[in-house]
Amino acid sequence: MSRLPLSFIVGSVLTFIFVFAAVLSFFWTPYDVTLLDIAGKFQVPSMAHLFGTDHFGRDIFSMIMVGARNAIAVSLVAVGIGMAIGVPLGLWAAATKMNKGHIIDEMLMRGNDLIFAFPSLLMAIMITAVFGPGAINAIIAIGIFNIPVFARMTRGAALGLWSREYIMAARVCGKGSMRISYEHILPNILNLLIVQATIQFSIAIIAEASLSYVGLGTQPPNPSLGRMLNEAQTMIFFAPWLAYFPGGAIVTMVLGLNLMGDGIRDLLDPKLRKRRKESDVAA
Amino acid sequence: MLSYFLKRVLSLIITLFTATIVIFLMIEVVPGDPAAFMMGLSGSTEAADALRAELGLNMSAWDRYFNWLTGMMSGDFGLSYTYRVPVSELIIDRTLVSVPLTVYALILSTIIAIPVGVISASRRGTAVDTSLMGVAQVGVAIPNFWFAILLVLLFSTTLRWFSAGGFPGWEAGFIECVKALTLPAISLALPQAAILSRVMRSSVLEVMNEDYIRTARAKGLSKRQALMRHGLRNAMIPVLTILGLQFSFLLAGGIIIESIFSLPGLGRLVFQSIAQRDLIVVKSIVTMLVFAVVMITFMVDMAYAVVDPRLREGDKS
Amino acid sequence: MSLLKLQDLCLSIHGEKILDKINFSVESGQIVAVVGESGSGKSMTASAVMQLLPDGAKMDGSIWLDDQELLGKSEKEMCSVRANDIGMIFQEPMTALNPVQTIGNQIMEAVKVAEPKLSKDEVRQKAEMMLRRVELPQSRFPLNTYPHKLSGGQRQRVVIAIAISQNPKLLIADEPTTALDVTTQAKIIEILKKFVEKDNMGLLLISHDLAVVAEVADHIIIMRNGVIVEEGDTATFFANMKHEYSKKLFAASRQNNGGKFIEDAAEIILDVKNLTKDYKLSGKENFRAVNNVSFSLKRGENLGLVGESGCGKSTLSRCILGVEDYSEGSISINGKAFSGQKELRRHINVVFQDPYGSFNPRHTVERLVAEPFYLLESQPNATERRAKVKDMLRHVGLEETDIDKYPHEFSGGQRQRIAIARALITEPSIILLDEATSALDVLIRKQILELLEKLSEMLGISYLFISHDLSTVKNITDRVLVMKDGVIIEQGNTQEIYQNPQHPYTKSLLDATPDIKKAIKKLRNNLDDNII
Repeated sequence: MSRLPLSFIVGSVLTFIFVFAAVLSFFWTPYDVTLLDIAGKFQVPSMAHLFGTDHFGRDIFSMIMVGARNAIAVSLVAVGIGMAIGVPLGLWAAATKMNKGHIIDEMLMRGNDLIFAFPSLLMAIMITAVFGPGAINAIIAIGIFNIPVFARMTRGAALGLWSREYIMAARVCGKGSMRISYEHILPNILNLLIVQATIQFSIAIIAEASLSYVGLGTQPPNPSLGRMLNEAQTMIFFAPWLAYFPGGAIVTMVLGLNLMGDGIRDLLDPKLRKRRKESDVAA
Repeated sequence: MLSYFLKRVLSLIITLFTATIVIFLMIEVVPGDPAAFMMGLSGSTEAADALRAELGLNMSAWDRYFNWLTGMMSGDFGLSYTYRVPVSELIIDRTLVSVPLTVYALILSTIIAIPVGVISASRRGTAVDTSLMGVAQVGVAIPNFWFAILLVLLFSTTLRWFSAGGFPGWEAGFIECVKALTLPAISLALPQAAILSRVMRSSVLEVMNEDYIRTARAKGLSKRQALMRHGLRNAMIPVLTILGLQFSFLLAGGIIIESIFSLPGLGRLVFQSIAQRDLIVVKSIVTMLVFAVVMITFMVDMAYAVVDPRLREGDKS
Repeated sequence: MSLLKLQDLCLSIHGEKILDKINFSVESGQIVAVVGESGSGKSMTASAVMQLLPDGAKMDGSIWLDDQELLGKSEKEMCSVRANDIGMIFQEPMTALNPVQTIGNQIMEAVKVAEPKLSKDEVRQKAEMMLRRVELPQSRFPLNTYPHKLSGGQRQRVVIAIAISQNPKLLIADEPTTALDVTTQAKIIEILKKFVEKDNMGLLLISHDLAVVAEVADHIIIMRNGVIVEEGDTATFFANMKHEYSKKLFAASRQNNGGKFIEDAAEIILDVKNLTKDYKLSGKENFRAVNNVSFSLKRGENLGLVGESGCGKSTLSRCILGVEDYSEGSISINGKAFSGQKELRRHINVVFQDPYGSFNPRHTVERLVAEPFYLLESQPNATERRAKVKDMLRHVGLEETDIDKYPHEFSGGQRQRIAIARALITEPSIILLDEATSALDVLIRKQILELLEKLSEMLGISYLFISHDLSTVKNITDRVLVMKDGVIIEQGNTQEIYQNPQHPYTKSLLDATPDIKKAIKKLRNNLDDNII
């Protein structure tokens, strides 16, 4: 077993910590995040409250646990939507393009261009404003923008594979495009998809934080990291920990995911290259 | 070259048209009754009717769409519901803040990222590379609004080098405005610079492995000369795509940053308008932003053709 | 004093030994060829002289260029050596030039690096002269041409122009013609030879092809696994070969007289009639890739299809395999019209060129070889399938235990065997071999061809053997078709065509094809002439 790169280890550990905390928050948090304790407000970080308390006396550590859970949940579903719709679309577009169905491919690409033409944050704000704020609409808004990303990536990768000879061998064996897409193409782009998914996941976390920062994401009394930062803004001068910890939590989550994604990409790549035996092939 | 250009122009026009249809549908048709939506629940029927008449809601959707399009093409964006002034005036004022901010951020981002990417790539594997990319990794993870808050804390409150917000207006002088835009530009630029430097690095690394670099070295060029004279231009090609995408992101990212720094820009305007349910303003600004993004994408495509001669006659390989 | 002298050169990369005590020299005006298979270290030797080695490379011994010791020079000094004394050209002409710079700029840059004191005009004139010397006329290839407008052969000439423009004493050519067509190859070799004679340049020619080298080199060096196995002056080398390996290489490089005669009464299993394929290009233009091609393949017969790149043979093979539509004409298999139906597909299968791209890297050998079973009406169950695959693996010379391995665990030659097993599993009547041995080393190629012959006799299969390599085709086919620009310009029995080609194009192809026996004969005649 080759030595795992340090970045991958660090990334995976960080990601694991947050996922663990998020899952744990379903069952237990140090304090109840809905309880207000005005008398205990603005406490500096201490043994009793690891990250201090906010202006309502709520324990910041607990709030971060639940906030992280919400962020992860929203991002997971949003990216899931993006993949579930985007990947098949991309496979389909690539398959039809190779087999003379240019129109479907063109339409898909135009559709992609269209979605890309709209600045994502603006649109997410609009969607949640028009249809109502809340976690569900945040998921839809973020999810919509994941679809073209996965569609484009899948299509590009699939097109690259369609010209390989083993695909032609499968066609000689009489297999149709759809079967080839799922039997041969999809398994071979899985690596790329996983890496892209971790990147999109980290982007979604920041998007969720941005939406809740402007009040359009997860609604109170449900804690959300973005909203915590917004509330912290006016009080930052005398209670800076209100901003440090939620922001730090976001940074750490995203960093962990990105490092893990990079690590996965590096792990999967050289293994395929090194194992190739280079003898017997002329120059 | 001509066919490449024409194809791109065609695609641009189609995208723009479809986008306007989508915007129209979203804003006017989806909420059901735009007038009631705009007035909230507290609209009396008289006022609501007046608004409906003003909006031309008695016309069919097609007519409204058509009027709106032709109006925009002649510069008429309608009257803002909240401010009661022509939207075009509002937009021009705000654009004079948002566009300089975006450009400023883009310049900062590029100035930092490209040298960092090149240096990292040419010293791959060394401590320099690892630390630069480590910083970039963290930079990518930082939400720009959090960074803005921290910057304000450090530079405005503690060091008092910059004000915490506000924009003096261009009449106050160029330097004053640049000062006001600096902290916002930095907070926008940082995560983008981080992404861009990583893309630059991987692009340069890929280019360094190409055969023509080997040919260049066989001619007697040093590694650095080969990179500078042959590698960079080729490495810039994927970077161009990212720059184009970043523009779109910066334009939209301005929304939150402008709010934090109280800058009277497009982003803040659209945000306030959404809150105030002023659909007329929202419609116009979204259209403008989409237009800007599509134009930038088009210009990036044209830039490709300038940089890469293979694109000029279509793919022959 | 020799122009180039390698003395006990040893090279290791990250501790792995690549070259062991290499000793040879090159004189001015002399062509020295280093021949070997992949992994022999021949390319590394070339890179070592230029000191353009990958990271982690450590060298021992000496490399003398005239009276300079190259080992131990700083990078800056080596840049000067590369600019003024040694030129190098590489194998892949398609990627050797910077795509965003004109060819003129790339040549002029080389001139400027070697002679920085020249004026702009002088540099420009020199670049124009270089293009003339490599026979790229100014009228068609002005200095402001971009590389993507040039073919592989033309690009290689530009690369040579770049190298020559620096007036090198020594030119190193690392497999310069491997990626090129046979007629282009002949041209490039001719150009290189011209420079050696006119400029008294030394040429170190690296190749895997003994036949090419026999025709042009003065001195031959055979390398294997990082050591020199045997060397000698070309004139006497082949008569005096001592080492087993050299003899094996020689035997594998010769063209044999293959071919049996098939009676007219034999059954026709593949019939192609008036096949035409048009491609619509952007605009209203039509490109006719395949033009009214007709031929038939009889049972038990092996048919060759030769042509250079762009002649349409790949398009034709895709049409025959039923993975591409055609515009006019008909194809019938075993007498029945074929348009991609599953029932007929089991009678024809294919082996491709690239042993690395031929397989889904995530499938086991069993799954790969069994894929054609999809075509059968009654597919075998799991145990039957496994048994059949094991059987086929034995037939192609692999082990039964290979059945659960993955493609990357095999070498190129072994992978071609797996590909052959896959093609055979439904017991087809026809196997189409699309450049199936072109990517293999010469010794492995011989083994695979022998395997194919054996299988053909044993199982009664007919081959349609498509290749650009006339020597290979000669060995295994009974009849051959010659294709150019979409048209079959000549067809007939292999022996007759090779001995008595009628069409001028066929003649030029055969002339350009390196033939080791012809080369030896010529050398012997030269020797005799000299004696007289």
